[in-house]
Amino acid sequence: MPEYNFLVVEDSPTMRQLITFALKRIPGSRIVEANDGIDALKKLSSQKFDIILTDINMPIMDGLKLVSMVRNDPVHRAIPIIIITTEGADEDRKRGLALGANAYIAKPIQTADLLSVVNEIISGKRG
Amino acid sequence: MDKDPGTLNKKVEEFLQVFKKGEEFTQELLRENEKLRYRLAQLEEVNKFSDREGTFKVHSLEERLRFLEEENKNLLDRYRQVEEENKDFASRYIEVEAENNNLANLYVASYQLHSTLDFNESLKIILEIVMNLIGAEEFSIMMLDEKTHELAVVAQEGMGPEAHDTIKTGEGVVGKVAKDGESYYREGDPTDLAGVDYTHPLVCIPLKIKEHVIGAIVIYKLLIQKTQFSNMDYELFSMLAGHAATALFSSKLYSQSERKLSTIQSFLDLLKEKQ
Repeated sequence: MPEYNFLVVEDSPTMRQLITFALKRIPGSRIVEANDGIDALKKLSSQKFDIILTDINMPIMDGLKLVSMVRNDPVHRAIPIIIITTEGADEDRKRGLALGANAYIAKPIQTADLLSVVNEIISGKRG
Repeated sequence: MDKDPGTLNKKVEEFLQVFKKGEEFTQELLRENEKLRYRLAQLEEVNKFSDREGTFKVHSLEERLRFLEEENKNLLDRYRQVEEENKDFASRYIEVEAENNNLANLYVASYQLHSTLDFNESLKIILEIVMNLIGAEEFSIMMLDEKTHELAVVAQEGMGPEAHDTIKTGEGVVGKVAKDGESYYREGDPTDLAGVDYTHPLVCIPLKIKEHVIGAIVIYKLLIQKTQFSNMDYELFSMLAGHAATALFSSKLYSQSERKLSTIQSFLDLLKEKQ
């Protein structure tokens, strides 16, 4: 069975738990949580991840900065990134995708939608 | 016209030979005729039998065809039935999935609500639930002061300065919810954003411990992507009414008892020092 390593970057423990709950339904998933962008970068430097799921509004380092740093990092630039945020306006979505995110999901999230996007990325349907 | 008797005999002899040959030929023809009749009779018999066999074959093939058609019809009926069952299973699967997701949301929300005895942290968790799980943009949590009978905002998200900090019990929509203990849902489209009216919230949920109201969650505006309230939202509202109330009440009591314990401990330390 293939193993998928997810990095969930979210300052809200409620959302972290909810996203983790959803991802656990994917067979072979292994989930690591980070509180903010800095915490995420630390975890990225020590572990290998297949997909990053990040919030935008976070203290210390926000999600957009994290996306930009990951995309400019030669080691991690290829990791697919899903932005999960309360900012649902079109311009926010465009901004997130322009920075290099692979998908953009607005809160409140529906587990089925989240899993559908993750599965598309895993199966290579979404680049 | 005298004829020579020798010549006459010869002619008679010839005639008799011809006649004999004719007789032989006729007999041969008769035998041949008999043979042909026999052959004809045989063929007629074979033909009759073939007809019977052919008819029998046609009958059995027709029977088989009818059977196969019947079987085909039965299979089509069964296929339709299975397809219906599949559709039914698929819709039930979707329902179970939705229910599963709802339960996961409720579990996470109640788990987080009861994960702390810190009052401010409890407030933060309620804000997170209302914002992230329900999708509210402007909302507040109000607590009831039993002495002044006033609801005061203890935490809020996204609200403008024109929002009221305090509301008297029984006053306006929020005050009435606090007085009656009944949830309020504004009629009409919840996404109608024609100016947020802080006197007419979208939703007001009383925070109740049994029938005792200790506060309220008041939602004025939803996130732009939130187009309507789902069944899940109503489940969350009713969960919040009870669980958020007990979480806030117990964390408040715990903070007070911690403060009292610290004061008593200070007194005890002071007494010990004096002895």
